[in-house]
Amino acid sequence: MNRSRYPLLVLAPYLGRYRGRLLVGSFMVLLTVIAGMCAPWALKYVVDGLQQSVDGSRLFSYALLIVAISLVEGFFRFWMRRILIGVSRQVEYDLRNDFLAHVQKMSLSFLQSRSTGDIMSRATNDLGAVRMVLGPGIMYSMNTVTLLVISTAILVNLNWKLTLLAYVPLALVSISVKQFGRRIHDRFEEIQEQFSALSTRTQENIAGIRVVKAFARENSEIRAFGILNLEYVRRNVSLIRLWGVFYPLMTALIGLSSVALLWFGGRQVIQGRLTLGEFVAFMGYLSLLAWPTIAIGRVINIFQRGSASMRRILEILETPPGIRDLEGAEEPPDAGGALEIRNLTFSYPSSPRPALSDVSLSVPPGKTLAIVGRTGSGKSTLANLIPRLYDPPPGTVFVDGRDVRGWPLRSLRRRIGYVPQETFLFSDTIAENIAFGLESKAGEEDILSAARVSRVAGDIESFTQGMQTFVGERGVTLSGGQKQRMAISRAVIGSPDILIFDDSLSSVDTYTEEKILRELGKVMENRTTLLVSHRISTVQRADEIVVLEEGRVVERGTHGELLRRGGAYADLYHKQQLEDELSEI
Amino acid sequence: MAEEEQVLGKAYDARLMRRLLGYIGPYRRSAFAAIVCLVLGSACSIVQPYLTKLAIDRSIRRGDIGGLAGIAALYILSIVLVFALNFGQTMLVNLMGQKVMRDLRLEIFRHLQRLEAAFFDRNPVGRLMTRVTTDVDTLNELFTSGVLSVFDDIFTLTGILIFLFLLDHRLALAILCVLPLLVAVTLLFKIKVRDSYRRVRTAIARINTFLQENITGAAVVQIFGQERKQYRRFTAVNREHLDANLQSIFYYALFLPLLEVVGALAVALIVWYGGLQVLSGTLTLGTLVAFIQYSDRFFRPISDLSEKYTILQSTMASSERIFNLLDTPPAIISPEQPAARAVERGKIEFRDVSFAYRPGEPVLRNISFTVQPGERIAVVGATGAGKSTLIALLNRSYDTGGGAILIDGVDVRDYELAALRRSIGIVLQDVFLFSGSVMDNIRLGNRSIGAGDAVRAAETVHADPFIRRLDGEYEARLGERGASLSVGQKQLLSFARALAYDPKILVLDEATSSVDTETELLVRDALARLLAGRTSIVIAHRLSTVQNADRILVLHHGRLCETGTHQELLHRRGIYWKLYQLQYRDQAPAVATGP
Ligand SMILES: Nc1ncnc2c1ncn2[C@@H]1O[C@H](COP(=O)(O)OP(=O)(O)OP(=O)(O)O)[C@@H](O)[C@H]1O
Ligand SMILES: Nc1ncnc2c1ncn2[C@@H]1O[C@H](COP(=O)(O)OP(=O)(O)OP(=O)(O)O)[C@@H](O)[C@H]1O
Ligand SMILES: [Mg+2]
Repeated sequence: MNRSRYPLLVLAPYLGRYRGRLLVGSFMVLLTVIAGMCAPWALKYVVDGLQQSVDGSRLFSYALLIVAISLVEGFFRFWMRRILIGVSRQVEYDLRNDFLAHVQKMSLSFLQSRSTGDIMSRATNDLGAVRMVLGPGIMYSMNTVTLLVISTAILVNLNWKLTLLAYVPLALVSISVKQFGRRIHDRFEEIQEQFSALSTRTQENIAGIRVVKAFARENSEIRAFGILNLEYVRRNVSLIRLWGVFYPLMTALIGLSSVALLWFGGRQVIQGRLTLGEFVAFMGYLSLLAWPTIAIGRVINIFQRGSASMRRILEILETPPGIRDLEGAEEPPDAGGALEIRNLTFSYPSSPRPALSDVSLSVPPGKTLAIVGRTGSGKSTLANLIPRLYDPPPGTVFVDGRDVRGWPLRSLRRRIGYVPQETFLFSDTIAENIAFGLESKAGEEDILSAARVSRVAGDIESFTQGMQTFVGERGVTLSGGQKQRMAISRAVIGSPDILIFDDSLSSVDTYTEEKILRELGKVMENRTTLLVSHRISTVQRADEIVVLEEGRVVERGTHGELLRRGGAYADLYHKQQLEDELSEI
Repeated sequence: MAEEEQVLGKAYDARLMRRLLGYIGPYRRSAFAAIVCLVLGSACSIVQPYLTKLAIDRSIRRGDIGGLAGIAALYILSIVLVFALNFGQTMLVNLMGQKVMRDLRLEIFRHLQRLEAAFFDRNPVGRLMTRVTTDVDTLNELFTSGVLSVFDDIFTLTGILIFLFLLDHRLALAILCVLPLLVAVTLLFKIKVRDSYRRVRTAIARINTFLQENITGAAVVQIFGQERKQYRRFTAVNREHLDANLQSIFYYALFLPLLEVVGALAVALIVWYGGLQVLSGTLTLGTLVAFIQYSDRFFRPISDLSEKYTILQSTMASSERIFNLLDTPPAIISPEQPAARAVERGKIEFRDVSFAYRPGEPVLRNISFTVQPGERIAVVGATGAGKSTLIALLNRSYDTGGGAILIDGVDVRDYELAALRRSIGIVLQDVFLFSGSVMDNIRLGNRSIGAGDAVRAAETVHADPFIRRLDGEYEARLGERGASLSVGQKQLLSFARALAYDPKILVLDEATSSVDTETELLVRDALARLLAGRTSIVIAHRLSTVQNADRILVLHHGRLCETGTHQELLHRRGIYWKLYQLQYRDQAPAVATGP
């Protein structure tokens, strides 16, 4: 029972949830098949009857019987479809929910190692192929198996020699199924891979459409897409070639059975060992076999595709979340927001060079630590490690005296108000975006006061729909500074113990910046704050300032101390100062 | 989902259908060949029951074993022929379907490239992706199982009908009696099924939109611990998809059995009416058996047709959406006869320009100014003042609401669009990098930019040192949106990109806002040399970056309030002076923490 060989086994527990319905559904399959069997039976009576002589009323009742049978069959078929296909949609629903829940838990490094379009195509396109297994796949196979068993039983009962004969070509079916199945699987997997590539390209193109347009790169984008598109078609064609043979082959094989029957059965009738009525009925039953035989082809196709897709879904579902609650994770009793970093060395999985080397810091509750440093010196990396967006090595990052890895993720993150360096807003109303971090419905007043802190309230007022204005995806319909200030409001609304501002005023003009800093001053009063910035004006009042260079702390102290030391910080100060003085001339 | 997809109005089946069929046009030869295969194939399989009839009436009842052998041989021949023709037909039809989908996908993609920025403001990425990918794939069914087999079905029907009439016209007429019933059933379901398929398509687009947004924004969801809330929202979207599907399942489950009942009615008619005739000796038993078999074959294509007609509804739901997109005319396009092909000197003139993204919320009001070729202009103003909007108008990301923008004396609307944009190098405020190598990101697939140019551009903006330290240097792969770089590094890369294009006009919208001061200064000095001879517009919040400009424009609430050099503006004691004062006062800053 190997999951990687039989990925579809994973579906068992999902189906298990609906076992009652599945049971009823399978029963319906049986009933449908049985009802379907009755029709040729009725015909046999008609033909046999006509050879002797029946009266008109008898004929009429036969006719009624035929209609009645189809009504009963139709009733069962209705429920069969409704239940079995319905269950498949239910499972699809469950599976998709679980998929999202799982993706939500995945660490950033995992998500960054794959593209959005790829993950999306697994959740829709691949899931669709798996759904086909659950619905039509299961239904057809039940149907087929039942039909095969029953018709075989009847055929054997009628005439076992003929049956044997009719089955010889059918044996060939199973052989070809084995031949084709594996290849369908492999080729389909290649198709899905390419579909992912196509989705990814489309996703990136549309997400970056403004750059594409600004640089007039439409044509090269179309070219690149065209290449992927062609490859997708090529792979599809290679699968088509396969079942272009496969399907007609099934039909041909069942045709051979008919010929065999015609030849040998015909002779038996001539020799008087079979009545003509039996012969006709036998022909009728054989045509009953035709459909399931072709269905086998379809089922195999569905199952092979489904298992290829399931494997792709499992690639995601079976990757354990890299960052999760560890055994015995618990919130420490004394919460105040103390932050400590001890000898932290950290490298991104994808890069050999450490982004941070031997960093030690400590911020007492309510104090402010500022970090400055050149581009790429590791400031954001440090900030990301505190809410465990990336996991720091054990024993390096502590919040309230406890290793962040020992915290339950949820409560750790709830303690922290974070303004990421790059703003991400959801396509939702402004109010919803600001209140994003809140569990319960936020009061109008709370949202407004949070908006005031970042001074975005005035901008919002100028929109005709105010707080109910929809911002486009990622907040495209806002100005850069408006987005950034929304993110500040979003971080402070939950009254967190620790605030992290990662260069969060970079898109704001100096006039507004100062006002925001003044407002923030009140908010930061009793909170531990980590302030990353390039501007001296933003950081100089912090309780401690740390200068990072290539991931190492090269200087630390207060503004005054650092100036006196005359190192990197003082240099920075003078540069910014010099600028200012120059401009005054 | 700034705006839910509109519920599509009245369905124009015939028009949609015709349009879809239009895509087959270029492949009409394969279509024709496929139809021939189909028709021959069905002709071959139609004779099979007839062979059975012959076997019964001519050979078996007469005890003619030799004749039986001959018939069996014919039967085998027909099987082989059917196999070959089926194969040919499957290949032809599917190849054609694939090509049509390829064309359609490319057409949608190409169309998307032509649509204007405002369109993308309204439509989430996930929804548009759905159009290019899954909506097109849904059409596959139409081309593979649908369109052509209609011909087959019709042919089979006619063939069988002829056979039936030849065999016995009274019985044949009896069968036709049930046809009206069939039509009624089909029409009834068509409406219902179409409706639920529309819901399904909308739901799929919403699922994609949600996924797209929540995967790209996973970090924010995680930081704020809102997994559960987002999960709940997702289940709601997902539930809508489920419900819509369950609805269509219901209709299908009802529809298909009903078709069979209608078929059974026909058989019953044959049995009763035909049986009476056999009894009265006007019909042979063989004919009756053949009739029953044929009626089965007669109803298969009919119910096929009806089923297909209903399946068509699902593809219609997709194609409606696709065509809706294709029919959205791009608002900003190249003029038929461009007055100018490229920017020669770089003189920019704004004439009384006004603009609003949304009616009633003017963002720019009556802006007029002129920039001489080679002049360095800075634009300052509080956040949300309309600075980025100004340059979005310059390269026609949006078109002005009133007034005109002229470059070298020609209205920007009279330029060839691509040429205009190539002449204006913009460093956008929102950095966007593509997954691919560093080099790809600088060149953006432009073959006219050599590797040397790209490296030089990177050196100018001081991106070279960090690129050299990447694993693979200029060939290092970046994650989606450049995920493996720091924000400042990304910004430098997008800066290098604009320089590599060697534009006549350079526009920097907060191009170094996330870059440290030291690098910023280095970049500025390097840039000073590069800017000679080019017109440049710099937007920046740090006055230190703008003060060297030849002229500074001050925007305030969408109005151009002041212009002049740094010194002039300071002397005027207006808005600029106020902004300036504030910046220098904040040597006594406002972070009110600590003792
Ligand atoms: N996800 C990642 N994978 C691999 N390397 C990364 C990743 N994120 C950042 N880096 C690298 O780690 C180093 C530190 O990046 P970080 O984002 O911490 O810089 P920073 O100090 O915040 O810079 P900036 O001022 O530009 O924001 C950089 O060299 C960057 O290229
Ligand atoms: N695509 C859009 N759709 C609707 N409104 C928009 C759009 N882009 C910007 N706006 C609005 O237009 C106004 C001006 O925005 P713009 O981006 O030009 O400001 P800005 O001066 O560049 O500000 P910042 O300094 O913050 O970047 C803002 O109020 C903003 O909300
Ligand atoms: Mg950073």
